Amino acid sequence: MSTTTTRDLARPAPAKPSKAGPRRGLRGSGTFNFWLFTGPFLIGLLIFVYVPIGWSIWLSFYEARFTVTPSTFVGLDNYRSMLGNDNFTGALGTFTVFAAIIVPTTWALSLGLALMVNRLRFMRAFFRSVFFLPTACSYVAASLIWKMSVFNGVRFGLANTVLGWFGVENIAWLDNPNPPWYWLVIVTARLWLQSGFYMILFLAALQNIPGELYEAAAIDGAKPGWQTFRHITLPQLRATSTAVILLLLIAAYQAFDEFFNLLSKTTWGRPPLVELYYTALGDNQDYGAGSAGAVILTLLIVVVTLFQGKIMGFGRGDESK
Amino acid sequence: MTTTAPEMTKAAPAGGPRRASRGRGVMSSTGLYAAIGVAALLFLIPFYVLVRNAFSTDAEITGEDWKLFPTDIQWGNVTAPFEDTTVDFGQSMVNSLIVGVLHTVGTLLVCSLAGYGLARIPYRHANKVFYAVLFTLMVPTAVTFVPGFVLVSSLGWIDSYRGLIIPGLFSGFTCFLFRQYFLGFPKELEEAARVDGLGYWGAYWRVVVPNSLNFFAAIATITFINGWNSFLWPLVIGQDPSAWTVQVALSAYMTNQTVNYHLIFMATAISILPLLLVFLFLQRWLVQGIAQTGIKG
Repeated sequence: MSTTTTRDLARPAPAKPSKAGPRRGLRGSGTFNFWLFTGPFLIGLLIFVYVPIGWSIWLSFYEARFTVTPSTFVGLDNYRSMLGNDNFTGALGTFTVFAAIIVPTTWALSLGLALMVNRLRFMRAFFRSVFFLPTACSYVAASLIWKMSVFNGVRFGLANTVLGWFGVENIAWLDNPNPPWYWLVIVTARLWLQSGFYMILFLAALQNIPGELYEAAAIDGAKPGWQTFRHITLPQLRATSTAVILLLLIAAYQAFDEFFNLLSKTTWGRPPLVELYYTALGDNQDYGAGSAGAVILTLLIVVVTLFQGKIMGFGRGDESK
Repeated sequence: MTTTAPEMTKAAPAGGPRRASRGRGVMSSTGLYAAIGVAALLFLIPFYVLVRNAFSTDAEITGEDWKLFPTDIQWGNVTAPFEDTTVDFGQSMVNSLIVGVLHTVGTLLVCSLAGYGLARIPYRHANKVFYAVLFTLMVPTAVTFVPGFVLVSSLGWIDSYRGLIIPGLFSGFTCFLFRQYFLGFPKELEEAARVDGLGYWGAYWRVVVPNSLNFFAAIATITFINGWNSFLWPLVIGQDPSAWTVQVALSAYMTNQTVNYHLIFMATAISILPLLLVFLFLQRWLVQGIAQTGIKG
């Protein structure tokens, strides 16, 4: 609104009267233009995002097996059965363990890589590319490399070959939940895939830290190294760190690809989305229970996001910039 | 790189502080390069394994000792995935290419227009509309795959390009990124276009888009990579093998009864190749885009 008024005020001086026509037309058609630009997107958003959400909420209150137009209203039964379902609550536990491992390790590794790359004087672009390159690979491709070669449970797997040099027996990385070696496989795959991406975010943030801060610290007698890192670098990266942690958490929550492919024939280590996939699209095709699970997960992520935003001050990034 | 250079020259006359201003760690230069070298080697191992296996015979891959490199490079392996009868790899590559390109073009078109409308066109209820878009960011797209599948199947779009492409076009996040970008777009350029008698539509296509190609390129690269690599949605939609994307095909290799190691590694290598090319040629835009959008997002 403010833009139109300032334009009208500013215009009269250089204005040519003949141009008044089209300009008035333009100002009057703001509403039309708004819908012209946003209409296609909003219609799509309505059909492919809002309708499914609404439909899902509706389905979650119905007995809906093998049908998406059910007629038996069952109230909260689907929610009760999902929350009482050991597989589903177990999946939430799996997610918690996974997030507790992957979020801090990715944060630390990507920050560490960024700090190292940022200090390089030669071959900086080369190293940045090396760490960034895995971002091009899909989770499926990485799962395949990990499952079929690096962490293949038989003798010719790379990890078992290397361990064999030290006389360690072959380890069945994925076929045995006890001890849970499969976590090592899953976590390393995801670390490899996503650390480079977050390293880029940290690199950009590191380069925005004014050099004067370090000079001032040096004059004040701060030792380069841990002291400057703890008191200058880390606080200056606060906004980026918060954003990275939130992004990592959301990504971990939606983990599907590598669990589905690495642990395809197992019953352990199923995160929520894999569990939902088997509930709704498996042999039972229980859309009611699947939808109830989806609603529960959505509520959880909203709560976690808001909660994390509250403690870590998400959104303050703009002010500090 | 540009920021560290002036830092150094500024500090140089003082002699002492120069080291302090640069040196944030206790590691010496040699130690730094040793550490980063080891990290880089670890990051390259999966690529090495992939290429080694792709050009080896199964006998060598599963052999007693670890062969550092194949004794004879098996160039014939390159065509193996395309001749395989269990999985139609060639078709899946074609599908991925079509889906990837149309997904990228469509997303860019729809989301950039909406982002511009939200950022620049005065309308009384624009804020309410914007909140409706923001709300969708709270609902993870992956969680809506169950109802999404329900909707698409009742439209009869299972096993079709429509089903693979259209539901993914309306990304609230991409729209949000475009809105943030257009908020920072210099107003003067549009004003000039208006003086020349162009409406919003004309100004957008003749002035705004041509001056935003860097940003469009960055978003296009990210969108294409995400589209190419996505798995859950194509898995749900591609019930029939003829509608599989390359990721679904790779997944099928892993659960196949017979395992031809050289074949599945070659297939994986081929599936990654287009993205590696995108990375090598577009890395500048990609890094820029991630740095810009990632911080804002």
